[in-house]
Amino acid sequence: MQPGSGRLTKDTRPTMSGATTDPRLTSRPAPQRRIGFSWSDPRLRALIWQVAIIGGIAAIIWYLVANTMRNLEVRRIATGFGFLDNLAGIPIGEHMIDYDPAVHSYGRAIWVGVLNTLKVSVVGIILSTLLGTLIGIARLSKNWLLARLAAIYVETIRDIPVLLQLFFWYAIVQSLPAPRQALRPIEGVILSNRGIKLPLLEWQPAHSWALAAFVLGWIGTASWARMARRRQEASGIRPPVWPAGLALMIAFPLAVWASLGAPFALEMPVLRGFNFQGGLTLSPEYGALTIGLVIYTAAYIAEIVRSGILAVPTGQWEAAGALGLHPWSAMRLIVLPQALRVIIPPMTSTYLSLAKNSSLAVAIGYQDVVSIVSTILNQTGQAVEGIAVIMLVYLTISLSISLFMNWYNARIALVER
Amino acid sequence: MSASTTVSTPASTREHPPLLVAGPVAWLRRNLFNSWWSTAVTLALLYIVAKALLGFIDWGILHAVWTVPADTKGQLDPQLCRDAKGGGACWAVIGDKWRFILFGRYTYVEQWRPAICVALFIGLFVVSAMRRFWRKELAYIWIITLIVIGVLMWGGILGLPFVPQDTWGGLPMTLILATFGLALAFPLAVCVALGRRATTMPAVRWLCIVYVELIRGVPLISVLFMASVMFPLFMPVGLNPDKLLRAQLGIILFGAAYLAEVIRGGLQALPKGQYEAADALGLTYWQKTGQIILPQALRLVIPPMVNTFIGSFKDTSLVLIIGIFDLMTTGKVALAEPIWQGYSTEVYIVLALIYFVFCYSMSRYSRGLEVEFSRSVRR
Repeated sequence: MQPGSGRLTKDTRPTMSGATTDPRLTSRPAPQRRIGFSWSDPRLRALIWQVAIIGGIAAIIWYLVANTMRNLEVRRIATGFGFLDNLAGIPIGEHMIDYDPAVHSYGRAIWVGVLNTLKVSVVGIILSTLLGTLIGIARLSKNWLLARLAAIYVETIRDIPVLLQLFFWYAIVQSLPAPRQALRPIEGVILSNRGIKLPLLEWQPAHSWALAAFVLGWIGTASWARMARRRQEASGIRPPVWPAGLALMIAFPLAVWASLGAPFALEMPVLRGFNFQGGLTLSPEYGALTIGLVIYTAAYIAEIVRSGILAVPTGQWEAAGALGLHPWSAMRLIVLPQALRVIIPPMTSTYLSLAKNSSLAVAIGYQDVVSIVSTILNQTGQAVEGIAVIMLVYLTISLSISLFMNWYNARIALVER
Repeated sequence: MSASTTVSTPASTREHPPLLVAGPVAWLRRNLFNSWWSTAVTLALLYIVAKALLGFIDWGILHAVWTVPADTKGQLDPQLCRDAKGGGACWAVIGDKWRFILFGRYTYVEQWRPAICVALFIGLFVVSAMRRFWRKELAYIWIITLIVIGVLMWGGILGLPFVPQDTWGGLPMTLILATFGLALAFPLAVCVALGRRATTMPAVRWLCIVYVELIRGVPLISVLFMASVMFPLFMPVGLNPDKLLRAQLGIILFGAAYLAEVIRGGLQALPKGQYEAADALGLTYWQKTGQIILPQALRLVIPPMVNTFIGSFKDTSLVLIIGIFDLMTTGKVALAEPIWQGYSTEVYIVLALIYFVFCYSMSRYSRGLEVEFSRSVRR
């Protein structure tokens, strides 16, 4: 706030002479004015406008609701969410929680759909961030060929509708050979038109213990790093962190695992009859949707990363160099924190649009929440409730992503005086 | 990019520039074979690119089937394509189906009309892109062109036979959905953007915020579903609005929320002095907004508005899900024909090319404009 602007408090603000307080600067309460009944009073005008607009919209909504009620009555459709307890009877191919169409309800089916949506969104966000960052950095490469190819990738992918890309990938996944002639690029990885099969680790108690040890080690490393920073601030000498990290996060869990007998067994997918048994299965629909979304979103993330890095002035690199920092340290300590501030806000909206684009699953037959709700909607005719469920789910997802990213953004934001 | 190193040698001994400092060899060395690492990347990429390009030429041109013979009854015989499957492309599907993909089920002999409409749309975009037309008259050009397009598509007057709306399809449909979507979303978006900044009217402000955030928080599909299954319930009993109209309404409501945010950005970017100067002149709110604020704010946001339009052009492909015959749907339907099943790659490539040509030219234009604007600001 500029000095001398209107909002000054009563307490001492010395004038130039420092002797007296300018009486004009003491605050005076604004005179209470009543709203006059004159068209030239802006407050009255604002009030009338608001009443008119809100009233008009309320009238439209009332009209629509009245129509809807009458229509529902004519079509004999019950209102309310009671149908959620009815028996679903919709077969769902992939479900992360137990689901049986003959036993479970519509509500459970919707939950399955929500989890499927989350499965695509979370994996998509992670993979597209990795791919997009790589491509964004590649676009800034000194190697002309690499930079050009990355630019062509970004331009092409961004200018083709994501739905078309999804169809394209789905056609490719479907044109893979049948299970008997499946492609096996690496032992255990099997590509066929029934989806992608991966070997699955047979989970044993020793693995849980190793995981617990890893989490402990992670906490230990974090506190060691905090101690190192405090030591550095006090003495200027930073104790090395990486040996502690190596010992706590890798050696310690490995030791726990080894002391429990180092069990390790992979469950390999094997061909039985017409399909594969065992192992981890990614359905063709899931595969196509994830590949398509990742490739599409990565093009946007690449642009965000590139502009974020370009937004850091060259002087910052030079200053870091003048301080004697290694280029990697300069990147990590000087450039990246500044670039992140530019990157995070647009990245948030890109993540949001990925989550929203995952609803295109309905076009290629992956059973996400939109697909399942629209099936329910066709069976029961509960259009209003169904759409409300879809919107509620996506608003919740959008809001959670925004909240998390805003929290992260606040954490890395520039602390100004 | 070009080498700018000057080598100072006495005039008497001046020779050709050294090969390793300037010229193509130096360029290659600097940009492709800079270090061991860079050389390895270049060679690996060259190998991949060459392999992909050769593979595509082999599949798409050398081993491709361009036409298939028709038997005596005029039925096409796709045997040639079946034989080439796996090794070569079957462009015959495009040769057979291109009219359907471009114009849908529109009466065959009347398809010159949607073709003219496509040309009119492109002309409209080109005219709007030229800065000498950035004035009030542009709005009249838009209104007149859109009316002409409506007359051409429907017919029924001026001796043109009437073509019902449910037979429209293909590229004109995509252009109609995107263009009408933007043109009608625009006034709504301006109102919402202004409403969101109306500090003296908190109720209106909250209404605008709720609308924008609600729409931006949900996917377009849910809005389209709403348009296709809920709008019929909203209407009085017995009145069932056309499917296309409903989808168009959904696209307008969806696009307006995004456009409103873009316009709000422009309103915020305008220096405060402009508002204050208008107030100081004693202008009313509408005079101030219409003559001072909006002309400047809208000009500022033309590049992001073009980007929004690109997004909505791509998004119109989603109407496939509610069964409207846009370009994407006609492509899918063409593929559903028994003899052409399994040649989806060829059709998808053509569709992608059409979308790409439109989107790429628009994004180039918006980027050029952005550079031009930032130049005038920096000056």
